Amino acid sequence: MAAISREEVAHLARLSRLAVTEEELDMFAGQLDVILQAVAQVGEVAAADIPPTSHSVPLTNIFREDVVTPCLTPEEALSGAPDAEDQRFRVPRILSEDVAS
Amino acid sequence: MSEMTGMSDFTRMTATEIASLVAGGETSAVEVTQAHLDRIAAVDDRVHAFLHVDTEGALAAARAVDERRAAGEVLGPLAGVPVAVKDVLATRGVPTTVGSKILEGWRPPYDATIVQRLREAGTVMLGKTNMDEFAMGSSTEYSAYGPTHNPWDLSRIPGGSGGGSAAALAAYEAPLAIGSDTGGSIRQPGAVTGTVGAKPTYGGTSRYGLVAFSSSLDTPGPCARNVLDAALLHQVIGGHDPMDSTSIPQPVPDVVAAARLGATGDLTGVRLGIVSEFVGEGAEPGVMAAFRESVDALTKMGADVVEVSCPTFAYALPAYYLIAPSECSSNLARFDGVRFGLRVGDDGNRSLEEVMSLTREAGFGPEVKRRIMIGTYALSSGYYDAYYGQAQKVRTLITRDFNAAFERVDALISPTTPSVAFPMGARTADPYQMYLADLYTIPTNLYGGPGISVPCGLSEGLPVGLQVMAPTMADDRMYRVAAALESAVGTFTPPAL
Repeated sequence: MAAISREEVAHLARLSRLAVTEEELDMFAGQLDVILQAVAQVGEVAAADIPPTSHSVPLTNIFREDVVTPCLTPEEALSGAPDAEDQRFRVPRILSEDVAS
Repeated sequence: MSEMTGMSDFTRMTATEIASLVAGGETSAVEVTQAHLDRIAAVDDRVHAFLHVDTEGALAAARAVDERRAAGEVLGPLAGVPVAVKDVLATRGVPTTVGSKILEGWRPPYDATIVQRLREAGTVMLGKTNMDEFAMGSSTEYSAYGPTHNPWDLSRIPGGSGGGSAAALAAYEAPLAIGSDTGGSIRQPGAVTGTVGAKPTYGGTSRYGLVAFSSSLDTPGPCARNVLDAALLHQVIGGHDPMDSTSIPQPVPDVVAAARLGATGDLTGVRLGIVSEFVGEGAEPGVMAAFRESVDALTKMGADVVEVSCPTFAYALPAYYLIAPSECSSNLARFDGVRFGLRVGDDGNRSLEEVMSLTREAGFGPEVKRRIMIGTYALSSGYYDAYYGQAQKVRTLITRDFNAAFERVDALISPTTPSVAFPMGARTADPYQMYLADLYTIPTNLYGGPGISVPCGLSEGLPVGLQVMAPTMADDRMYRVAAALESAVGTFTPPAL
């Protein structure tokens, strides 16, 4: 039995903000199924009482001194932006026209 | 130096030899750098180790070293030595793509901490090396800019994701290189190119300026053609960085002294454990033969070698391929076509979300998309406990296996990879087969300790690597064992290109 359907892969692509093509969906559906069936092996391990590990370094709440240090200028920070205006990142329309009007 | 040593032979020298000649005024950093740039110009059209060669920047850095020496300054141990940097690290003003179209043309406004330390040490950055897109892959075939070829056999893969750095070393284009290791991306390319690759303790090298793939696993580290050079580079780039909140606030273990100690060939009293799970039927016979001979060599040098079982290592690969994609699906959300890189479909009518989806569709390659979707799946409600949550518990058990093993032995050993370099194209149609190349390297990443791959022999004319794994913050131990093995088996030279 397949672990994941083509429709579920299409849903994952939408959640992941990937405008995948129909051909890609055909390819990914099979490949993700193989991968998910293989990684599902973790379920064979008896680990009900085992605490999870998210990180190997036991450090928490690392703060620096609250002092002003040099940082990027606005020009530097915006230097890689696809579009910028008035020292800000310029983005495509966020609200639909119906809402905006 | 023999009479045979001419200018072109700078490319055959160790980093230690180059630094000594530059410091002694017997040559200049500019001459050494030019020799490597010439070598790149001669061979890189066939190897494709580099995505960007920074000729002007390299020569300027070399001139600065020569001027400092002329002014009487005492230079550091790697001053004047060229280094190739994996394209995963931000380099101020120098293109940084991570092997992806989504960052094509991006010139970072800042240096990664490691790059800054390389500059301060007087090393000369030659350029940026090829890699699997976002460091996701084991062959460098997933680079959006075309694959790198293994200098031992140009029809074979150089490993991945850091195939460019490893190939640059094996092709004598650079004596030193920087890699990053999330599941084996330094050690596996080292193994299949006959070079040395070390993954430091997680937190022992700074991730500041390293384009994030899986933040709880990503570890930048040194690549070289011999163990001492790797240790010297490790010493230069390692150590606490306040800019990285997971950086360990302790000094780097004395890896250079350990490499020198190991090179004496004496391992008396050192206890080594062969990981039982990694010497079974999974590895190629030629790999196992080279590994067994190396174990004999280690024993002859006085090491006490036993077998140690780490039963949960069998589940490291599936756990990794849940944890790493989960973290990647979150990390790569930043590539949204707003702050840097590509933007596609912004015609004034489309919404932000549509532009974002079109940008990511055009900018990411198939393996990156697969991992983002796997991660999105593993983190979604309903699947979280069975996939990501369970993988994190397996990570705890793997750590316990390591801790139990290190009560019995000082370091663990295994082959670095199950096979020698495979032919290009052999695994691209079957993503899971590609994942299996990391079978022996992944447990170390999940645990967080250090691991090194050192050349240990040849199988059918191709290099085999032996992996040494040590406890967290005991990086010096693995350098000692690796240097001892190197003193017994020597280094390996590929056929002329």
